[in-house]
Amino acid sequence: MGLYREPLVRIVGDRGVLVEYGDSIHPEVNLKVRAMAGLLETRGVEGLQEVVPTYRSLLLIYDPMATQPQTLIRGLRSLEKGMSEIQVPPPREVEIPVCYGGEFGPDIEFVANYHGLTVEDVIRIHSSPRYQIYMMGFTPGFPFLGGLPELLATPRLETPRLSVPAGSVAIAANQTGIYPITSPGGWRLIGRTPLRLFRPEREQPFLYKAGDFIRFRPIDRESYYALAQKQD
Amino acid sequence: MPAFKVVEPGPMTTVQDLGRFGYQAYGVPVSGVLDQFSARVANWLVGNPSGAAVLESTFMGPKLEVLGECTVAVTGADVAMALNGRPVEPWRAMRVRAGDEFWIRQAKAGLRAYLAVTGGIDVPTVMGSRSTYVAAGLGGLEGRPIKKGDLIRRGPGTPRRRETILTEGQRPRLKEEITLRAVAGPQEEHFGEGLRVFFGSEFKVTPQADRMGYRLDGPEVMRMPEAPPSIISEPSIPGAVQIPPDGKPIILLVEQTVGGYAKIATVIWADLPLVAQARPRDRIRFSQVTLAQAHAIYKEAMERLEAIRIGLGAPP
Repeated sequence: MGLYREPLVRIVGDRGVLVEYGDSIHPEVNLKVRAMAGLLETRGVEGLQEVVPTYRSLLLIYDPMATQPQTLIRGLRSLEKGMSEIQVPPPREVEIPVCYGGEFGPDIEFVANYHGLTVEDVIRIHSSPRYQIYMMGFTPGFPFLGGLPELLATPRLETPRLSVPAGSVAIAANQTGIYPITSPGGWRLIGRTPLRLFRPEREQPFLYKAGDFIRFRPIDRESYYALAQKQD
Repeated sequence: MPAFKVVEPGPMTTVQDLGRFGYQAYGVPVSGVLDQFSARVANWLVGNPSGAAVLESTFMGPKLEVLGECTVAVTGADVAMALNGRPVEPWRAMRVRAGDEFWIRQAKAGLRAYLAVTGGIDVPTVMGSRSTYVAAGLGGLEGRPIKKGDLIRRGPGTPRRRETILTEGQRPRLKEEITLRAVAGPQEEHFGEGLRVFFGSEFKVTPQADRMGYRLDGPEVMRMPEAPPSIISEPSIPGAVQIPPDGKPIILLVEQTVGGYAKIATVIWADLPLVAQARPRDRIRFSQVTLAQAHAIYKEAMERLEAIRIGLGAPP
């Protein structure tokens, strides 16, 4: 389990190459993915149009008139060789205030009962670690977070909700995440943040990126509404 | 400047350009027109560059009141159209004037029609694109499909004098039996015998077909017994064909960023317009090409597009 000795190269149609670095969701594999993504972003490779990092692989979208998968992979290898050790941009830590339970977290009691815990235990355990963002996807700004304490791992809903409110903080199996926009979803909702997590009108539409850390800070309903009012 | 007032919007008409690039790492799908061939040609017919925003309509087009003189062109699906009640033809530029009523009616063949106007549809650029992504309320006209009473503006530009038309031989042939060329992978090794089923069978387009993806019905494309039911979520590109546990293929399109099922093959770029025009109940076959063949086809498709653009005297 973990990092492959040599990355696995997969062909994705006539414009994509998927470079797979490991066989599991693992901090070491994800670090490698982000290091390579960072390297490609700063140095660039001819013909490369977009780099999409996820848990354990990197999608390279290229212009077939300008390059070929073998050339891209060679470029990637030589960039990697020139790198003395794994370097990633210094991660930031972003604090997300969350009002847990009640109407904002309709599944928190289910999660508590499922594990024989109290709601207060769930809040304390969920807001203790700092979680690393392994990737973003599903909807704009949805962070897939690693490091959920095993104590809280809870299966998804059997039937997904048609509409999960924006800001909902949720659990699915050993993952936790935040719904930045209102969307359908099958994760267990335990709380909600008043922060607007996707602001397309801004120069920087997102508060965080893959590799950054997130900490959840429990807040009460009053603070929730006060913060919600301050969001533009 | 004001271009149209929406009299009837059609069931799903949105503003789109060639897509929103650079934000897939944040979970923002590329969006953009599904049929790039038709959208580019529509723009070139009115003298716009390829990337100007157009209206993409689905099955039924909009009825528009023209607010000022401009040139328009409609391409894509074979639609019945009327200008002030008189039938007019797609794939050609038309001069329209204030007070005219322009109606794109239902598609007789194909599904999506593209309306280009002098100067391009003018909506704010959001994160580098005018494309609408309805699920996130992003881009386009307030992030939603157009509705009755909307005022649609266009960018600056002088209506073309030249009568431009795309000859019939250059237009795509819309058929109910569609063959899509595809490169195996990225996870072809999950399939074995399923690969033979996939490339050897006919599938039917189901009603679950939208800008996110097309669900197909047909024989079960089975995984190898040892292959996992799902994979660790990874990015996808338009044209990737994912096989969920029920074995029914889904062609992922422009509103998808990550997926957690193995992908058996990826439809080549040049054939994506055929997917855009496929309607529920149309029949689809997949024909396997190597990467080298796919790149040769890509190059040819680009050269053909370039020849059309130059022929129509349009900017790149």
